[in-house]
Amino acid sequence: MDQVTINNFRAIVIGGSAGSFPVISEILLNLPKGLNIPVILCLHRLKHIRHGFIEALNLKSKYMVCEPEDKEKILPGKVYLAPSNYHLYVELGNTFALSTEEMVKYSRPSIDLTFETASYVYKDKLIGIILSGANSDGADGIKKVKDRGGFTIVQNPSEASIKTMPEAALKTTEIDLVLNTKEIINFLNR
Amino acid sequence: MAEEIEIRSIRNIVAAVKDTYNFDFGNYATTSFKRRIERAISVFNCKNVDELITKIKADKNFFDSFLKEITVNTTEMFRDPSFWRKLREDVLPIIGSHQNIRIWHAACSSGEEVYSMAILLKEMDLLGRAQITATDINQDVIAAAKKGAYPLRNMELNQSNYERFEGKGKLSDYFSETEGMAYMDTSLIANVTFKPHDLVLGPGFSKFDLILCRNVLIYFNMVLQDHVVELFSNSLFKNSFLAIGSKETIAWCKSIDKFSTFSIEEKIYQKTKE
Repeated sequence: MDQVTINNFRAIVIGGSAGSFPVISEILLNLPKGLNIPVILCLHRLKHIRHGFIEALNLKSKYMVCEPEDKEKILPGKVYLAPSNYHLYVELGNTFALSTEEMVKYSRPSIDLTFETASYVYKDKLIGIILSGANSDGADGIKKVKDRGGFTIVQNPSEASIKTMPEAALKTTEIDLVLNTKEIINFLNR
Repeated sequence: MAEEIEIRSIRNIVAAVKDTYNFDFGNYATTSFKRRIERAISVFNCKNVDELITKIKADKNFFDSFLKEITVNTTEMFRDPSFWRKLREDVLPIIGSHQNIRIWHAACSSGEEVYSMAILLKEMDLLGRAQITATDINQDVIAAAKKGAYPLRNMELNQSNYERFEGKGKLSDYFSETEGMAYMDTSLIANVTFKPHDLVLGPGFSKFDLILCRNVLIYFNMVLQDHVVELFSNSLFKNSFLAIGSKETIAWCKSIDKFSTFSIEEKIYQKTKE
């Protein structure tokens, strides 16, 4: 696996829920210099709070984090966050699309849907990462990433503050790497 | 997860619907439309796309159910409370000075926003002068909107939205509860005209002071968004308002030069040029 570096991919999707915030913050602080692919975050959050969360992420992030609008072009070197109370899809033609469709696994945004649509567009050129969380959202999504030839990483359940989500992901498919936060950062920087 | 279908199959479904019923889904946003089709195949227990197409062509009733299934009908009362506060504080004081207040709920779905608007107008003492038109492509959801009966379990979210909207009373002042259902006070919609209308092929039919079309454009591709925003532009009086969803934009639509941004935060545009 030594030859796997993020330069070989077209996008990174990261999913997380309860307990993932400090991990995301660390990752955003330590993204590689000259990042030339987009990073797409789908994190569960309180639906009635539209503000505050993104500001908190931006405090530490090396790259500006923004919530995309519908049909916004996906650009390299940008970090995108799924807006609250919308599903975030990667649309054919390399734009985002938003949706207010039914919740999936009690979640909107649904990590499964962001991962599934991203893998449909980016196929084997996608890295999917599942972090700490208290439900099984993301497990079906990361399986799709794997089935379509993408590269899959799950936060080590023994490090995750809530291990339900990483463990669910590990059960659905053969994950390429199970890593602690530091190792995820090292992977992204190698 | 439902079985994956191919883009080519989607085109076949679009063609069948167009030929048989003259609805055009050709410019719906690909990803969500594909998901809706996959969902419909599973909901209607079809073996594959061909079976779905055969059923659509053969049976108008089936097509009506299909239409309901593929259009997205998730909605809330007072979704984005800050948007409704903005209407109360800055938009309605302007159009409320007109003799009649003409409002169009475009793609009103099961009517939650129609009731939200009626409650807002009532609390501002404007409901009597309001002429509200609510349209949707789908007759079934229009019937549901007219009935105003919603599962009580949905009302918890609606109530908490209403509290954040800081309405004058409690949302429960506007409905009664029976057997797990909330029945809205239908005197709220005495001034509402409901009618079927398709944003894709349907013509403009009147002029308005305010058009609400929130979280509908996201299901359209940019070609269709452009078309629908032009329809809205032609259906607005000068200096009247268009409200869309909080993460939608008309910034790249051709008609944008007729509008100025009234509230970037709440996605309210004002038509400033004819």
